[in-house]
Amino acid sequence: MKRQLILEDGTIFIGEAFGSDSEKTGEVVFNTGMTGYQEILSDPSYCGQIVTLTYPLVGNYGINRDDFESINPAISGFVVKEAADFPSNWRSGMSLDEFFKGKNIPGISGIDTRKLTRIIRHYGTLKGAICSIDKNAAEVLQQLKATVLPTDQVKRVSAKTAYPSPGRGKRVVLVDFGMKHGILRELNDRDCDVIVVPYNVTAREILSLNPDGIMLSNGPGNPKDVGEAIEMIRDIQGKVPMFGICLGHQLFALANGADTEKMKFGHRGSNHPVKDLKSGKIALTSQNHGYTVQAASVGRTNLEVTHIALNDGTVEGLRHKQFPAFTVQYHPEASPGPVDANYLFDEFLTMIETAKTEGEVTCQNVQI
Amino acid sequence: MPKRTDIKSILVIGSGPIVIGQAAEFDYAGTQACIALKEEGYRVILVNSNPATIMTDAEIADAVYIEPITLEFVSKIIRKERPDALLPTLGGQTGLNMAVELANSGVLEECGVKILGTKLSAIEQAEDRDLFRTLMNELGEPVPDSDIIHSLEEAHDFVERVGYPVIVRPAFTLGGTGGGICENEEDLVEIVTGGLKSSPVHQCLLEKSIAGFKEIEYEVMRDSNDNAIVVCNMENFDPVGIHTGDSIVVAPSQTLSDREYQMLRNTSLKIIRALKIEGGCNVQLALDPDSFNYFVIEVNPRVSRSSALASKATGYPIAKLAAKIAVGLTLDEMMNPVTGKTYASFEPALDYVVTKIPRWPFDKFESANRRLGTQMKATGEVMAIGRTFEESILKAIRSLEAGLFHLGLNETISDSLIEKRIRKAGDERLFYIGEALRSGISIETIHEWSQIDLFFLHKLNKIVVYEKTIQKHQYDEEIGRKAKQMGFSDAALASLWNESEKSVYQWRKEKGIVPVYKMVDTCAAEFESETPYFYGTYEDENESVVTSRKSVVVLGSGPIRIGQGVEFDYATVHSVWAIKEAGYEAIIINNNPETVSTDFSISDKLYFEPLTIEDVMHIIDLEKPMGVIVQFGGQTAINLAGQLVEHGVTILGTTLEDLDRAENRDKFEQALRTLEIPQPNGKTATSIEQAVSIAERIGYPVLVRPSYVLGGRAMEIVYQQAELLYYMENAVKINPEHPVLIDRYLTGKEIEVDAISDGKDVVIPGIMEHIERAGVHSGDSIAVYPPQNLTQQIKDQIVEYTARLAKGLNIIGLLNIQYVVSNNEVYVIEVNPRSSRTVPFLSKITNVPMANLATKVILGNSLESLGYQSGLVPEKSGVYVKVPVFSFAKLRRVDITLGPEMKSTGEVMGKDSTLEKALYKGLLASGIKIKDHGSVLLTVADKDKQEVLQLARRFHNCGYRLIATSGTASVLKESRIPVQVVEKIGEAGKDLLDVIRNGEAQLVINTLTKGKRPERDGFRIRRESVENGIPCLTSLDTAEAILRVIESMTFSAEAMGNADHGSEVVYS
Repeated sequence: MKRQLILEDGTIFIGEAFGSDSEKTGEVVFNTGMTGYQEILSDPSYCGQIVTLTYPLVGNYGINRDDFESINPAISGFVVKEAADFPSNWRSGMSLDEFFKGKNIPGISGIDTRKLTRIIRHYGTLKGAICSIDKNAAEVLQQLKATVLPTDQVKRVSAKTAYPSPGRGKRVVLVDFGMKHGILRELNDRDCDVIVVPYNVTAREILSLNPDGIMLSNGPGNPKDVGEAIEMIRDIQGKVPMFGICLGHQLFALANGADTEKMKFGHRGSNHPVKDLKSGKIALTSQNHGYTVQAASVGRTNLEVTHIALNDGTVEGLRHKQFPAFTVQYHPEASPGPVDANYLFDEFLTMIETAKTEGEVTCQNVQI
Repeated sequence: MPKRTDIKSILVIGSGPIVIGQAAEFDYAGTQACIALKEEGYRVILVNSNPATIMTDAEIADAVYIEPITLEFVSKIIRKERPDALLPTLGGQTGLNMAVELANSGVLEECGVKILGTKLSAIEQAEDRDLFRTLMNELGEPVPDSDIIHSLEEAHDFVERVGYPVIVRPAFTLGGTGGGICENEEDLVEIVTGGLKSSPVHQCLLEKSIAGFKEIEYEVMRDSNDNAIVVCNMENFDPVGIHTGDSIVVAPSQTLSDREYQMLRNTSLKIIRALKIEGGCNVQLALDPDSFNYFVIEVNPRVSRSSALASKATGYPIAKLAAKIAVGLTLDEMMNPVTGKTYASFEPALDYVVTKIPRWPFDKFESANRRLGTQMKATGEVMAIGRTFEESILKAIRSLEAGLFHLGLNETISDSLIEKRIRKAGDERLFYIGEALRSGISIETIHEWSQIDLFFLHKLNKIVVYEKTIQKHQYDEEIGRKAKQMGFSDAALASLWNESEKSVYQWRKEKGIVPVYKMVDTCAAEFESETPYFYGTYEDENESVVTSRKSVVVLGSGPIRIGQGVEFDYATVHSVWAIKEAGYEAIIINNNPETVSTDFSISDKLYFEPLTIEDVMHIIDLEKPMGVIVQFGGQTAINLAGQLVEHGVTILGTTLEDLDRAENRDKFEQALRTLEIPQPNGKTATSIEQAVSIAERIGYPVLVRPSYVLGGRAMEIVYQQAELLYYMENAVKINPEHPVLIDRYLTGKEIEVDAISDGKDVVIPGIMEHIERAGVHSGDSIAVYPPQNLTQQIKDQIVEYTARLAKGLNIIGLLNIQYVVSNNEVYVIEVNPRSSRTVPFLSKITNVPMANLATKVILGNSLESLGYQSGLVPEKSGVYVKVPVFSFAKLRRVDITLGPEMKSTGEVMGKDSTLEKALYKGLLASGIKIKDHGSVLLTVADKDKQEVLQLARRFHNCGYRLIATSGTASVLKESRIPVQVVEKIGEAGKDLLDVIRNGEAQLVINTLTKGKRPERDGFRIRRESVENGIPCLTSLDTAEAILRVIESMTFSAEAMGNADHGSEVVYS
């Protein structure tokens, strides 16, 4: 069955339908990772977006039970050159088509995804619609142009209520802006006693949980749409050691007076080199962000840039000059992608340890 | 980190001749590296014995030594040049082993030479099995249960412990020489005994077989700041058990989830960090298809065949960056040369599928054991790029030039044979799988037989299933388009539709079913790139922008095979450079990932595509070049000329008509008659009966061969009618479309000439004389420049004939002529209206840039305007020899007898002031160790017995002991030459095979019996010699050449008053 992908610049791609028959609109973004489609399509940071993969063969190893980054994918649609109909891997449980049908997400295959990627590269991220071949393209285009993309993605993907993921080690409150399971997994691997809280948690609520550390998760959309969190971070930094990832990093920057901006087409892939300005070393990182912290805006804050993207020089890591708090734009939890930056979780725990022994900022001596 | 300033000059060691396991990839790597080091301002000193390479061009390094890569000669170069550093990781296993040997000898320390890139300790840790295992244990990385053994007894002990099957891997050998899988006791004895012999340290690794696991490779790089990246990972279509050089390989991996990918990535990076390699490294891993269990198979601490493939597959120039890392630069400070905007410290993202298929020499070696295992047998490989796996593999299949354009064998095969050929992998397994699917055998069954991942089998099945759809819908636009997207060739469509390939092509053009070209840009289009590196696919957007400049297309020579080696890539590259110099846009089409010509920085535009008429025409349709140059791509390109002309394409240089006149026997004969140039009597036969009557008329022995041949394929000298009939029935298909040439076989000196003609002037850079008499293929002969035994009159005659031929055949560009001088008469044997094997050899000796000149002539310049005049270029001083190199040790059951069919895989050059010295170097560089004393085993045919007498006497006078079987021995005894008699094969007591096995002879001379049946004794003697690493000479001329060298090295030991027997001795 044929299906079309219509872009707001007027380009029409005709391809084969897979997944559900629903029709969806969203921002079209590309990811250059050659493996990890299951993690990508279930990463809540893609909430509301139509994702295309530059690697042409997708679904080769099927969908398995284990590699999800969320229970329900939040993407609006999936665009590939070829969706494998005979996946082959010992863990494979179903094909992409079966999975998307079950999750009511439309997919389209047989697309010149390289052409699509080049359009996004030239034009910047743009709106698109996946719809039936029977739809009048001109009408869809008009609707598409009039469509205002949502700003409440974090609310949509965040946990509704707090829940624990118990461990015997350090207590970490993990603020869920659209958390990938990988972050939770890394903390649990380190025996942390994790409590996941919704995005609109207040500093007071967090402190009442007596955390040893706070983790700000990744999440979708524009950080400026999550005002509550900015306030929370401002209130709590300095009181508890903090580590932020991706959207968490951007919110941390905003909370400290830096600014963020939308990128032309973002960083999405598993091969982004990031330079640690202190050691001079390079880590290959997994990234997924459409917004970035403005480098120039950091100068007037109490933050310092610790990491930059090697290729375009954008801010990839920040540290607070006074408080035990650092954040990165990329994904040290990987999944998918390289685990080069995994050590950051250890640094976070070391920071907690140091803060505890130095006794400067433990929960016990903070007056709530 | 900035580059090192404590070093000024660097010695680079090349990989020597092309042999199985070490092909053109090291010319590519070495050339890139030398250029990169020069770019950084270092003085580069290069040593490589292989003249057919770009890297040995004077412009590539500051000092180029074409000398044997042996301790003796490299030490001499080091002492003379005093380099500050040595870069050993670019010359393959040869370069690495040489570096280890140099270090052990103390010469590096003596001359203060530092080793760059990879420390010797790391090389040893990676190469020595025991040290490697210890390292893996320290890192907590799993390796299969294994043991180092030094004897057969130890091998038995190991098997008792772990059971069969086990894999044998000899230490420090090329391409797994001497290794194999043992299923039982018999295999164990054979393979372990051979393996211990082929290992220079007499050491083998025995390993519990993990055959059936997925074989995955990672190409990783690391710099001095400990930054490490993966350039590419690759998955073998064939599971563990087949050497990766003999496996079909796809990039990137297809069946690995991200967790598996990252798990193996981590291991690979951990290993390169532990070895502290500064540069590139290849890690081979085995992954259980049913769990996360994996094993590290091996690590190559250097650039390799796989790194060349990874470079071409991703666009990321590994060797170039490895060289820069070796002098201290770090990944994060070097730009990615492809994008020019991003940094080298990133991991390429592919948005296409790459397939590599090896090219095996079994078309030439029919009797060879075609089974694939841990010992590599392929001589070369092709690579294809597509947007689907189906497209990628079908493009690779038609790039092979194996006469196959699709996934099938075009013959009916029994089910039992299908099962056998799929269970026991051979070179044609892929095609047997196609046939199996076609005959309805289930994917699961094929998986059970082959262990090939179901993913690949499903893909192949889709191709086979779609054939039926195609068949039912002749000239259906939608089906046709989909078929092309799946990679079906026009030839395949034509055969399904019972149409001609040309009409399918024309129909497609009318319907607009034509490919677009996408860029290989390392970054999946994320960044803008300007790399002129393209592949074709059937999609929407074309990225190859046609410029307004006048362009010329050069066709490359495809995969390296016997008869068409790296020398054709050399000529191709020089032609491209000449086109650029002349101000035109140079476009190259080629499909060989190992070569310099497919480095995107060589041409203005590189199309990585199959060299078939449809794929070439698509590019021509798009680019609309002035014309196509076919002279440099060997027979591959020449064979396309006719079809190109049919499509209205202009062939630049010698016209198709004239090409045909040189290649078509009857037209050629006619031309020679007109030009009044003699040739051996001969005729073309189109039936067996005709062949018999022709042979009778001209008289035996006759030389028989099919017309339009490559490297003398299927060419033989037959001495009687029975042999002729056997040949006609077994070696060739004879019919009016496939005529067979029958020539009188003249015994005489063979002479080879290369020349350049612009139609008016004919420049002859040099004449070469072959050591072996006519009858041995020119590619397998030792060639000598300048000729040592020709009178001025004969030389003049050759020069005159050459000019007459060049002009008479209207050659514009290059031509190569072979003559035979018999009884002071010069006869033409053949004319090749194209670049030849000897072009690089002669260009380097004479400083006449032949391919460059020829290209300029082809583009319309006159030789005169280029500063050249007609005639033979004055002879250079010194003597230069080209010595062929064979890879027989890797090809079981192949008869090594030299004859009209070419068998060598590569060549080396020896140069010095005298013929003997040049021969010494050439032979040494080719791997023949010449000892000044020892024993020589003689077993010769009756017709050679008188001739061998002279040789035997000379060997005796040099102090060599003679060993012979009774027949030969009695001839020697009659002439009072002392000889030890050994029994013939199979007789009681110590027979001559025992002599060979026990290493009692240092040289074997064998001309015993012809015929290709392995049971013959002569064959067994020759194979036994090869398997035991003892030089075996099958031409008395080669033996005489070696003897001259030995004589020049030794003083005679001659009793007084016995001068009559010692008269031939050369005192030196």
